[in-house]
Amino acid sequence: MDSAVGWTDELARARLHVVTGKGGTGKTTVAAALALALATGGRRVLLVEVEERQGIAQLFDRAPLPYSEERIASAPGGGEVRALAVDAEAALLEYLAMFYNLGFAGRTLKRMGAVEFVTTLAPGLRDVLQTGKVKECVGRTDSSGRHLYDAVVLDAPPTGRVVKFLDVTKAVTDVAKVGPIRGQSEGVVRLLHSGDTAVHLVTLLEEMPVRETMDALVELDGADLRPGAVFVNRVRPPRLDAAAVDAAAVGEVDEDQVRAGLLAAGLDLAVDELEGLVDETVDHAVRVRAEQRASAELTESDLPAVRLPELVDGVDLAALYELAEKLVAQGVR
Amino acid sequence: MVHRLDVDALIDDQATKVVVCCGSGGVGKTTTAAALAARAAERGRRTVVLTIDPARRLAQSLGLRELDNHPRQVRVSGFAPKGELYAMMLDMRRTFDDMVLAHAGPDRAEQILANPFYQTISSSFSGTQEYMAMEKLGQLAAEGSWDLIVVDTPPSRSALDFLDAPQRLSTVLDGRIIRLLSAPARAGGRGLLKIVGAGFGLFTKAISTIIGGQLLADASAFVQAFDSMFGGFRERAQKTYQLLRSPGTAFLVVAAPEPDALREASYFVERLAEETMPLAGLVLNRTHPVLAELPAARAQAAAEELSSGGAHPLAVAVLRLHADRVAVATREKRLLARFTKAHPSVSLVGVPALAEDVHDLAGLREIGRRLAGE
Repeated sequence: MDSAVGWTDELARARLHVVTGKGGTGKTTVAAALALALATGGRRVLLVEVEERQGIAQLFDRAPLPYSEERIASAPGGGEVRALAVDAEAALLEYLAMFYNLGFAGRTLKRMGAVEFVTTLAPGLRDVLQTGKVKECVGRTDSSGRHLYDAVVLDAPPTGRVVKFLDVTKAVTDVAKVGPIRGQSEGVVRLLHSGDTAVHLVTLLEEMPVRETMDALVELDGADLRPGAVFVNRVRPPRLDAAAVDAAAVGEVDEDQVRAGLLAAGLDLAVDELEGLVDETVDHAVRVRAEQRASAELTESDLPAVRLPELVDGVDLAALYELAEKLVAQGVR
Repeated sequence: MVHRLDVDALIDDQATKVVVCCGSGGVGKTTTAAALAARAAERGRRTVVLTIDPARRLAQSLGLRELDNHPRQVRVSGFAPKGELYAMMLDMRRTFDDMVLAHAGPDRAEQILANPFYQTISSSFSGTQEYMAMEKLGQLAAEGSWDLIVVDTPPSRSALDFLDAPQRLSTVLDGRIIRLLSAPARAGGRGLLKIVGAGFGLFTKAISTIIGGQLLADASAFVQAFDSMFGGFRERAQKTYQLLRSPGTAFLVVAAPEPDALREASYFVERLAEETMPLAGLVLNRTHPVLAELPAARAQAAAEELSSGGAHPLAVAVLRLHADRVAVATREKRLLARFTKAHPSVSLVGVPALAEDVHDLAGLREIGRRLAGE
């Protein structure tokens, strides 16, 4: 992906960053690192999750988030990240409360499962409520009329479901022909299809995630949604040079040469151990070749790309800051 | 001491009739199910694998081209199992339609199938796939002609959805709330109305404003038409649930060496214990075992020494990638140790990662060998 152009001015102007990716690619981690990167230098960023699995709380190692905007981290240079877990039921009740005074009845119905039932009855309704809440956060202003958040990062559903999630127009046509939800959704549609919104795709350099990324791009295009950048996650360092990769990938590793090198470093290994090293090398090379194919396919998408390294020790808070730094170094702002 | 899961003993045991592969999304459940079924067939059993939404190339490797509600024999050149291998891909819509046709009279069935609300429930309700997977498993078991049924579970955020979704769908279909919404006075009785108070009327009004009166009317008509056959549905789901708890069933929890996947695996193991469902063990996919004993620190030091001299670039690369691999393996062991500490009695097997995705039967057989620890 040498043709990648990094973070563009267009992306720097976006106020809503939607982050999606195939399950297991590290979508939530990337969303959190992006929020920290965007907050760097004194900005205020809101990180939102919508799948009711408390991924943000786990990542930041804290108790489950309530339905409110809590400060969860400070960013270098005085910035801050707040987090919100949007719960569709709470959003529905909050929403109804704007138009009807339900009072005690609202809580009773919630206990009976009626709210879940209604969102089940009209599956698109859940998405409409959640995107509606996100839109409200993006547009909220303080007393002086300035936006409360400089940017909002949304940890969105995975690639297989994201377009359906964002395609509010379709969902609303299906569920609400008239009424307040309809009116509110028109604002959501305007935001999602404007230059203020970018949909980022997280992938690994593996066949299936890249295939899903390419499929998602076609789907986004079909729904007239704007793709942002590709985040290539968990990139492993190159160890073999190109010629050695090609040879090793078909099983050709010069054992004598390896042995001579090891001896020069004072390592005299038993035969089976040397063979183990050779097997590991072949395994590595086959994987690198698969990564190269995946990378070539991604290049065809012609999207800005940023890369994040594999963190062998797992992701903790310190690692999130490290990832955010890598993003800033690649122009994320 | 952690016990090694003996996969061959499990699939060779004539008493094992059903193997359910469960786990969170993206851990390789479908591949595990297919590889296990292929191995069982090769070892002489008449096996069927029920897959849910497999990747296209994996489906093709089993000769499956489209959703099809009937098991098809897998015939691939070079694959001549001692037993037989059949495969099918769940078509949830058709499974649901067939159930309706089997349980309702022809007139009523037609009425249900044409209802827009039924069409929503049968194609996009999040619990339907799980419910239909259970139903299909029940049907296959009732046929009585299979030595072994291997079931893949639907891709879901949480592994527990598989056990919970049928219940959720039942709640919707049982129609208490919908009757309340469409005709509160009749269904709820005075007691409930008194509790909920006047707010209830407002709620109903608000709901119908939001989702549209038509949808509510469709839902109501559906529930009325569905009511008479609901008992039959529930009874069948109950029967399948009992099948899952019977000694002929074995659950395999599938995970990858990642914190999220192992956390889900933990939840599932605990849940199976609560429901007294038989757990065979944990399959840990895509591990990266170290193939040479050389410690990472020594490899790293030797690489530094060589590279400062500028000679032996191949040996330097080999040493560095070995050190990387040791680091990965160490992390995987640490994650697994957390799981085994919490669940010391669960036997398990690690399946070393293939360098590329599986797209043919040869790849499935290789996974099968790795599952069996060959």
